[in-house]
This record gives sequence, C-alpha cells and structure tokens, in this order.
Amino acid sequence: MAEKRFIDAIHDALHEEMARDERVIVLGEDVGRKGGVFGVTEGLYEQFGEARVLDTPLAESMIIGVSIGMAVGGLIPVPEIQFADFIHPAFDQIVSEAARLRYRSCNDFGCPMTIRVPFGGGVHGALYHSQSIEAFYAHVPGLKVVVPYTPADAKGLLKSAIRDPDPVLYLEHKKMYRMVRGEVPAAGDHTVPIGPAVVRRTGRDLSIFAYGLMVHEALQAATVLSAEGIEADVVDVRTLRPLDTQTILGSVQRTSRALIVHEDNRFGGFGAEIAATIAEEGFRYLDAPPTRLCGPDVPAVPFSPPLEDWFMVDAEKIAAAARRLVAY
Amino acid sequence: MPTEIRMPQLGESVHEGTLGKWLKRPGEAVAKYEPLVEVITDKVNVEMPSPFAGVLTEVLVQEGQTVTTGTVIALIEEAPAAPRAAAAGAPGTAGPPHPAGPASREQGPPAPSSPDGERTGAPAPAREREPAARLSPLVRRLAEEHRIPFDELVSIQGTGASGRITKDDVLRYIERRGAAPAAPPAAPGAAVAPGEAPARAPGDRLEPLTAMRRTIADRMARSAREIPHAYGAIEVDMTRLVRHREAHKDAWRAQEGVNVSITAFIVRAATRALRAFPVVNATFTPEGIVVRHAIHLGIGVALPDGLIVPVVKDADRRSVVGLAREIEAVVARARQGKLTLDDVSGGTFTLTNPGVFGSVLSVPIINYPQAAILAADAIVRRPVVLGEGIAIREIMHLGLAFDHRVFDGALAIQFLAHIKRQLEEFTPVGDSPEF
Repeated sequence: MAEKRFIDAIHDALHEEMARDERVIVLGEDVGRKGGVFGVTEGLYEQFGEARVLDTPLAESMIIGVSIGMAVGGLIPVPEIQFADFIHPAFDQIVSEAARLRYRSCNDFGCPMTIRVPFGGGVHGALYHSQSIEAFYAHVPGLKVVVPYTPADAKGLLKSAIRDPDPVLYLEHKKMYRMVRGEVPAAGDHTVPIGPAVVRRTGRDLSIFAYGLMVHEALQAATVLSAEGIEADVVDVRTLRPLDTQTILGSVQRTSRALIVHEDNRFGGFGAEIAATIAEEGFRYLDAPPTRLCGPDVPAVPFSPPLEDWFMVDAEKIAAAARRLVAY
Repeated sequence: MPTEIRMPQLGESVHEGTLGKWLKRPGEAVAKYEPLVEVITDKVNVEMPSPFAGVLTEVLVQEGQTVTTGTVIALIEEAPAAPRAAAAGAPGTAGPPHPAGPASREQGPPAPSSPDGERTGAPAPAREREPAARLSPLVRRLAEEHRIPFDELVSIQGTGASGRITKDDVLRYIERRGAAPAAPPAAPGAAVAPGEAPARAPGDRLEPLTAMRRTIADRMARSAREIPHAYGAIEVDMTRLVRHREAHKDAWRAQEGVNVSITAFIVRAATRALRAFPVVNATFTPEGIVVRHAIHLGIGVALPDGLIVPVVKDADRRSVVGLAREIEAVVARARQGKLTLDDVSGGTFTLTNPGVFGSVLSVPIINYPQAAILAADAIVRRPVVLGEGIAIREIMHLGLAFDHRVFDGALAIQFLAHIKRQLEEFTPVGDSPEF
C-alpha cells in the first residue's frame, strides 16, 4: 500500500492503462504538452507520444465526437473535459450518440469511452468553473456515471471505466485533487467494480448518502455527531448509474432515517432519485421522511467567497441537518 | 360537485373501523338513509346509511381496509333536487362543478416550499389528523409486529418533534412491557404478524383473515397478553333444576312463548353472585379497580365464521323468563348479523357456554377489559356419592377465568360457590321458572 493523493491515483490509472493497452488514447484541451490544467496527465505525452496523447482544439462537441469515432474504430478513448461547466456543447454527442450507440445499432457497435470530467465548487472558480452536472447525465440510459471519493476508488473505478465496453462519465471533484489522500494498493492490478456503493462508517441513528467531496464532508460531520451521541451510517454511493439500491435500502433498514447530500442544487437533483427509491422501496423502514441537503437553487456558484461558502454544503451543514432529522 | 363521505365516529372510544362490504357500486344511485357500506368495529357490523340522496361516484377505501374515523371513504354526487347547507362541503374540495368529480379529492393545503436547500423535515400531512396519530410507516409496522393495538400505541409518550412517537419510543415501550416477543410461532388465538408468516408446506393454504377473525385475534391476544389469567372450577349438581325444567318447559313455552334455557337460570344465579361479590364485575386500570355498578352480561355466541358477544343490559334486573327472552332475541340477532353497536358494547362480565358443544372442562380467555369470564360446561349424568350411597346426578362444571390483579383465588371460588348453592338448592316459586 502507498499513500496517494486523489490526483496521483487518477494519473496512475491513466498511466497503467495506457501502458497495458496501446489502444487507450488520452485527448483533450491542454492534456498533452501542458500535462492538463490540473496536472492530471503530466508525463503521459512524454512517455506515450503525440499519437496517443492529443491536444485538441477548444471544442467539446468535437472532442466527444472524435472520441466516438475512435471507439467505433477500435480504439479506447479517454477524453477529458477540462471543466464540467464546458461539457454542455458535447451534450448531444454524449446523450444522443455515445449513450445510444449500442441500442441503436442492435448491439453491433459499442462505445468504449471514458469521459473524465473535473467538476464541483469550493475552489473560488465562480460561475464557469464550479458546476455539478451529474443529474443531467445520470438520467440517461446507456451511460454509466461514477463519482469516486477515495484515491483507491479513483484509481480502481477509472481502470474499470476504461475497460468497460460502454461509455462512462467519470466525475472527479477538483477540490479533492490535492486535499484528499489515502492508501492505494500498490501491487497488482487494482480495480473497483462499477455499481456497488460502499458503507464508509456504520451507525444506528441515521443514514447519510453522499458521493465525491460530500462523502468527505459527511464523514467529518459523522465524527462531530458521534461526540454528541448520534451515530451516522455514511454510504459512499460512488456509482450513480447503475445505482446500488440494495446497499442504500440496507442502510435505511438499519437506521430508519435517510439524509441525502449533494453539492448540486436540490430541485431535480440526483438526490431525488435516491429519496424516491427509499420512499418507494423502503417505506416500511422509515421513521422519518427521506430528507435532502443540497446546494441552493440559484443559477450558479457565486464568485464572492462568503457567498460561495453559503452555497457549498459542508460538514457543519450536514451535522445540523442530521440533528434535525434525528429529532424528527 | 361530489361530497365527501367520511368514516363515522361509532362510539366514543372507537378510533377506527374496518370497511365490510360496499352495498353500492360507483355509479349507482343511493337514496337518503339507504345503507351504503358495512362498517365493522368492536365485533359488530353496522350498516352506514347514506346521509343524503345522490349517486356514488367513487369508493376511496376498499373492503377490508381499516381507517381512522374522519377518513374520506367515498364521494357522492348529490341529487340536484336536494340543496343542502354549504357547511357539509368539506374544506379542500371547493372548485367549479365538474361532472366526474374524483379529481378533486384529497386536496390539502399546498406543501410549503422554500428556496433554499435546507428545508427541515417533511411537509405536514395534507389531511388533518390528531397529532398522536402521526405515525411513521416504521412505527406502524413495529406496532403490528408487536401486537400493540392502536389506542395503546397512541398512548405512548412521544419524544419526537411535536410529541411524535418515534421508533425509539416504541422500542423502549416494548422493552419495558417485556412480554410479547416480536414474532412468536403461530400461537393459537394470537394476532398474525404480517410479513413473518411461518413457512408453508406443499398443500397448505393461506386463509386470509376476515374482519371478524382479525378482531377476535387482536382482542384475544391483547387479553392473554395483558391480563394475568387465573382459573378455578367447581362441580354443580343441577339435578333439581334440570328436573323442574324438564317437567315444565313445554308449559313455559306455551305461556311465555320462549324456551327457558338452562343458560337463563345460570345467568340469573350469576347476577346475584355478582351483586354479592361486586369486585368480580370490574375492570383493572392503573389508577385502580373500577367496580362496575351496572351488570351488563355478555354471552358468547358461536357463528359459522367466528364468535360474537351480545350483551344483555341490566341483567340483574330481569327475571328468568325475561332473561330467556332477551337472550333468545340477541342470539337471533347475532346469527342474522343484525346486532347494533349498542347490542355488543358496555359488557361488564361475560358468560361462555361451551357446554352446548359437549365441553366438560373449559379454560376461557377473559373478554378484555373485564375482570372475569364464567364458563358453563356440559351437564353430564354421573354417578355421585350422596350420603352413604351412589346416585345418578346431573353434574356440570362451572369455571371462572379471572384477572388475578383484581381479586384472588379465594374470592373466585366463593363467587363460584355462591352460584353453585343457588343452582343446587334450587327452590322455584311454584311451577314457575323463577327462584
């Protein structure tokens, strides 16, 4: 085992997969010579050359469109969207083409593509560099959506995504790149299956469901709550689609209370899917209404630091919501 | 526009009722006071009359479902000829008239919305409910699994927001109560915990609980769970009474128009014994023992699909003939399913008559919340030592199951002996059945 930063785990996965399979191609804005704006792809260009690490024009629709062509042609593209905020021009390519290709071609063509997308706020990125976009894409049949929290998951899920025969949207919270550290198995081929959620901490009083950075905040909140006698079950959802409803319902069965946390704004957010699943399939376990704690329904993450703090969901807000729910 | 028909309050302690058969179908016209639906509470079937004439547009609660009083169970489009006071229109249904109607049901106040992401708790339930009845799905399920009746459940002190009863409150209550394991293996007479059914072998079949079966199950389970039962039995020589009755019963029937049954004599004797031992006619409460002044005597009547206990009011004020007549009447109503709620409520003491089926030793369950139940077993001709000889006598066992919290064995047997003495030393007034 070796302690790695979140960003190193992603880098290592890319490096190992490119070394393992020469069909793996990395492409995106500044991913080559510069090594990526965050440095995730540092050294890949030098090692694997310009044929496999491509600096693209600033045109997301083209990045994904070209990737789809590569995938159909037998390559395994790993396109990077520099910021999730800029993925929207590629929405049509992802939703109408990549996600439907297998269905549309009666299984004749797959689209083995992993779209890496740094997302999320809390980094003073303001309106154009802070968005959460998971709700749009988790809605789409044919697309897998993963959001790792630990460096081990970041590496293992990325390797599984690259080996998946269908398109995977891989969301990496950029605030975690250099903040989150953790043990990553050094030896062997470490993969984490797409699908299963994982319980990060067990408790009897309420379940907290989160993914990405919010798992980090939820675990901190759970530590504070534990000192007050409230024991939280913290579930790292980590794969949004397909969703591991079994682990979610199992947790609710233990605790009878569900707090669903995400940074994305609340209305129509991914938390609604978890809440609805719990209400429909776990009604008999519930001692309190499934409750969401999300970003506020404002158009974007503000630039002003105090307003950004107001926007972001953090451990303190999670603990407060948990206290209210336990008192229900 | 259709008017909401709500589950009526059928008695002051009645919080809920189970719908029996709908006597009208959606689309059918219904006259004012015409029976609309059967409502089953407290072991009785009541036919709920329609409050006005109209057309039944929608049935909202299905047969067999149990709902709290005040729940909207159906919608009736009023006949246009019968204008009524606006007060009858329930809040929330206001709107322009429309022909079909069902769309307007259950419009509560809109849930509060808030712009930020930190709304606390859930929106209030749209329908009005007493606070104690705001029970989460889990609390309801725990209550079912641990056989906690509704009125007992809502009496638990809630520690949640606004006094809501939480999961922990119920679990603590169950722990304190001690008894009633979560899922005992199908004990006879125990209410069935849903979802925890024992495994079924091939060829077994599941007989769904009728409303009556479920009521009996709940009440028997509650009595067995809450009341510490103790038992006593005594032998009664009925020879004098039986001979007198055999000699005169045809004449009595001709004169009075009623079969003066052995039961009537036993009830007469029992009411005198209850006057002599008032504490047998009582109910245990945590505050103390409520000794009932009136003697309303329930009599168990077997029905093809269950059991019902009609009550003879003021049984101590009736003659043997009067008792015979009243018993015959209520039993007939019970068999025809025509008992009213009044017929089955208010009992203070119960007689069960397993002897009519040949039982010679019965161990009954008390009719909760009474203090005791008397069981009259079969009268059997037996050889009996009488003085220095042996005679053939008409012998009956008389048993008493009693709440040991209320009184003790000595008193129970004195009570039985009081009845025994009256029946053995039976001294009729002339040729009449009175004694």
